[in-house]
Amino acid sequence: MGRTLAEKVWDAHVVRRGDDGEPDLLYIDLHLLHEVTSPQAFEGLRVAGRRVRRTDLTIATEDHNVPTVDIDQPIADPVSRLQVETLRRNCEEFGVRLHRLGDIDQGIVHVVGPQLGLTQPGLTVVCGDSHTSTHGAFGALAFGIGTSEVEHVLATQTLPLKPFKTMAITVNGALPEGTTAKDVILAVIARIGTGGGQGYVLEYRGEAIRALSMEARMTICNMSIEAGARAGMIAPDETTFAYLAGRPHAPSGKDWDAAVASWSRLAGDPEAVFDTEVVLDGSELEPFVTWGTNPGQGLPLSGKVPSPEDFTDPSEKISAQRALEYMDLVPGTPLRRIAVDTVFIGSCTNGRIEDLRAAADVLRGRTKAEGIRVLVVPGSAKVRRQAEEEGLDQVFTRFGAEWRQAGCSMCLGMNPDQLSAGERSASTSNRNFEGRQGPGGRTHLVSPLVAAATAVRGTLSSPADLAAVPAGR
Amino acid sequence: MEKFIAHTGVGVPLRRSNVDTDQIIPAVYLKRVTRTGFEDGLFAAWRNQPDFVLNADAYRSGSVLVAGPDFGTGSSREHAVWALKDYGFRVVLSSRFADIFRGNSGKQGLLTGVVDQADVERLWKVLEDAPGTSVTVDLRERTVTGGGLSVPFEVDDYTRWRLLEGLDDIGLTLQHVDAIAQFEQQRPGWLPTTLPVP
Repeated sequence: MGRTLAEKVWDAHVVRRGDDGEPDLLYIDLHLLHEVTSPQAFEGLRVAGRRVRRTDLTIATEDHNVPTVDIDQPIADPVSRLQVETLRRNCEEFGVRLHRLGDIDQGIVHVVGPQLGLTQPGLTVVCGDSHTSTHGAFGALAFGIGTSEVEHVLATQTLPLKPFKTMAITVNGALPEGTTAKDVILAVIARIGTGGGQGYVLEYRGEAIRALSMEARMTICNMSIEAGARAGMIAPDETTFAYLAGRPHAPSGKDWDAAVASWSRLAGDPEAVFDTEVVLDGSELEPFVTWGTNPGQGLPLSGKVPSPEDFTDPSEKISAQRALEYMDLVPGTPLRRIAVDTVFIGSCTNGRIEDLRAAADVLRGRTKAEGIRVLVVPGSAKVRRQAEEEGLDQVFTRFGAEWRQAGCSMCLGMNPDQLSAGERSASTSNRNFEGRQGPGGRTHLVSPLVAAATAVRGTLSSPADLAAVPAGR
Repeated sequence: MEKFIAHTGVGVPLRRSNVDTDQIIPAVYLKRVTRTGFEDGLFAAWRNQPDFVLNADAYRSGSVLVAGPDFGTGSSREHAVWALKDYGFRVVLSSRFADIFRGNSGKQGLLTGVVDQADVERLWKVLEDAPGTSVTVDLRERTVTGGGLSVPFEVDDYTRWRLLEGLDDIGLTLQHVDAIAQFEQQRPGWLPTTLPVP
């Protein structure tokens, strides 16, 4: 019987098959660490007198807590500072490679791994962070784990796991102009729901997915967790290999040939059977935004705020009612009329160079809507440097946006970049939960193109809503 | 890990679905480097609302949470489990749990039992009609009993065994350290390593 991509990667990593309902023991090829979910894991090792089994398969970066301005100053919040300093101490004590704030390889953990070429097809990748699913864009089996599991991987380089079910998400057709990977994944989540992927590894495939760049594929896989899935994957192809070639940790010479030969065998067998399949027509998709307080509560930008009465499922009805109250929205309001206070461009979902280029292309020569705050936060120090080499920073600052240092920033209320109570954002991040971007803050999830157009008009918008830039600007 | 065989305590009806881990404990409480003391962050935003269930005297000492579907979605933060445990919860019942949350719970001895939504509704009714009702959650029998009701819950056999025995995962895995070393011998040489730094 044929096997899917996920099944092939799984099988290649089984150290020991579990019998009698016991989980399989799976080998982990790459373990990424950051300051939030690791301190208690290192403490556990210390208490038990254990060491890190494979420091050469482990790498750490500082991202969640770090400020995005004045990074040469000590971190102002003493609790954040302690957490970052604890990571530094732990990495030093246990011999783990760390990219600290100020280092050119520092950045959001899910931007740093691919950028270094450490994320490769066929690997098992884990991190104490649910957006680890990002790395699945390379055909890796990558998933978020809790702190106990972080400790487990540090000590043993393995994890006991029960096999996942498999779901194919097939996106046929070509995406229309202005419709991006972010819109695809928001549409997928709206379709299958925030619990629809529970217990599954999603495999994205079809013409629309094949046509995407690696960075766009990362955006899609990144948000697999928002559908409840453990992981999202895309079979590696020429686009994947071209992205990897020449990166610091990519194989070279004979090793490259051996690697490509191995990677080329990963794609699912034609006769492989998925437990479930969902099919979308990519050519019918359009820019998508969320109106509620979970990523499944989204609609095409051309839509209207729904009414709780539109939902038949009683728990969805209650959920919609509560979301409308929290978001302070009136049913029937066209989504394009919703005015925002802040636009955030960044995060592990949309903080890579292509995202910044897409936003800059919309903002170039245009003027910011009155009273709007715009934050542009590169996903890593290298993305920041590249954007500056391309002059994108000039586009952003001329437009009136704040050009920041790398980090998780306003994606989550853990560092100084936050929404205040009642403040409304259009955000390229991944979660619109109550209070996610700061207590009482209201979040609309959008693509970089929609974020940029919204910054120009002041209400949720797509580039198609903008007047042409006058000649000479 | 402490063994979990059966537990009796006050049941708390949480009539909400899609309770994500940002609601269970907001990010601002995640900055600590210790493993205890997270109880003040539990449902922090909701506990500021006077009508929130845990603010009622009858439910304050609750230890069995009965929640709506899709409990524990979102961020992988194990702090959500620590916050529930530090507050005093030993059991969460729901018709559907997010995978990572469920895994984290099993590691920490917090029992997550899957109960049919119809039974969740019946439990809610009992717990709301008589606030402060105690329920007994028996892991051997996989039943929740209390207020004249007895309903089954599901938990996978392996997690159940580990909880009943109070077994630590790392210790179990290290019994297979030879198999791990053998596996490492067979890994292709071109696989990436983080060290040395190029």
